Amino acid sequence: MAKTTPLYQEYVDYDGIKLIDFGGWLLPVNFEDGIISEHLAVRQDVGMFDVSHMGECLVTGPNACEFLETIATNDIGPLNEGHVVYTMMCYPNGTVVDDLLIYCLKKGTCYFVVMNASNVEKDLAWLRDHVHEGVVIEDLCDVAAQIAVQGPNSELVLSKIYPKASELGTFCFDSNANIEGYPCLVSRTGYTGEDGFEIYTSCEGGRKLWNVLFDLGVLPCGLGARDSLRMEAKLPLYGHEISDTITPLEANLQVFVDLDKPFIGRDALAAQKENGIPRSLRGFEMIDPGVARNGYEVFLDGNKIGYVTSGTKSPSLDKFVGYALIERKTGLKFGDLVQISIHGKLKNAKLVKTPFCKHGKIS
Amino acid sequence: MSKVIEGLKYSKDHEWVKIEGTTATVGITDHAQDALGEIVFVELPEVGADFEAGDEIADIESVKAASEIITPVGGNVSEVNDALEDSPELINDDCYGHFIYRMNDVVVPDDLLDAKGYEDYLSTLK
Repeated sequence: MAKTTPLYQEYVDYDGIKLIDFGGWLLPVNFEDGIISEHLAVRQDVGMFDVSHMGECLVTGPNACEFLETIATNDIGPLNEGHVVYTMMCYPNGTVVDDLLIYCLKKGTCYFVVMNASNVEKDLAWLRDHVHEGVVIEDLCDVAAQIAVQGPNSELVLSKIYPKASELGTFCFDSNANIEGYPCLVSRTGYTGEDGFEIYTSCEGGRKLWNVLFDLGVLPCGLGARDSLRMEAKLPLYGHEISDTITPLEANLQVFVDLDKPFIGRDALAAQKENGIPRSLRGFEMIDPGVARNGYEVFLDGNKIGYVTSGTKSPSLDKFVGYALIERKTGLKFGDLVQISIHGKLKNAKLVKTPFCKHGKIS
Repeated sequence: MSKVIEGLKYSKDHEWVKIEGTTATVGITDHAQDALGEIVFVELPEVGADFEAGDEIADIESVKAASEIITPVGGNVSEVNDALEDSPELINDDCYGHFIYRMNDVVVPDDLLDAKGYEDYLSTLK
């Protein structure tokens, strides 16, 4: 039996809703207007997503920062109150346990950690297995709702119920926000490549907020648009661009990896950097039409050189695009052709620069 | 409730077939287009190719999923709906008005459903 979020009852009766089981959660893949319209609404105006399935925990104690430093690839130490950082945590071999947002609530001693819904159990076990003396990990998954309000007009619309929206910088948050009488954490972050906010609140607060935003004209969007938006913006998805078989360096996420501090997986990643990163994540555009999906094989001159991690028809470009993890030794350049096996047929694709689209602009 | 049209034959793979003498016209049903969502690409079969009933003949890609079309009848492909190359979403707009391919010299298997039979089959899927 799939789980439902605290907001499920608010939208389950909307016309045209299509639900899917996503990692054990029953969530909307799209509403009446469909994935493409929802996608374009976020690129051009504003949309909202129920992302209450995401996992959250609170990490507190005198050694909270030291502990997070040992599991996070990114540097947590300099993070000040009110700031968020994107990071991954890795296995000793350098592959990825999960990617996270870490919010600094009190420097050194109190952090709010957001993880992927499908990885919650694994992540909490990983954190608890490596936890330090004097650090407490509190699971908040069942008590938190989260709504993402995304798009160039997200500030305009959110300001109507949260006047301080315009004061929040990118990757900053306000943990003392109060919207419609409910305490909220408002964060200027997102997973769409557009300006936007992610709002964490109680389950009851989330239900109220969803309906208030709906009445303000914010278009409800589903997981389908969330996936195509994140793909255009080159934002990785766990299990696709990063996983327990892919390192952050292979996924070209080295900017979120600080090899100058100790953390689990650091030595393996440093060795990989030293000895040569075997694979590289590359963007492609199909020359022959077809949707290249996760796992499809990529060939060069008849030799397999990698596989597709994600692919879609980009609503912004109206082209078939995607990403592939390709052997670095091929030395392929932008514009070079590869062949992708789609339903048994080899189809030509061209390596291109990415992201495909961000902040409403096509690259 | 998915739309089902009288006078057509249906497969349990959710294709419709219009049989006229020795030719057949094939498309996908309302149930199929609704389940797929917004269709972004149709890989059409080659005109002149022979297929047996049950063969994979075409691919349909939507934003969310890929689906193979299993031809419900055998025969020789005489025509494909070229309009779908540029506008695959026509199937979402009117799945019974936009066929995918036509066949000559068709061999029709016994297990195709009529409209009533297909409606009954759909009701078992709920």
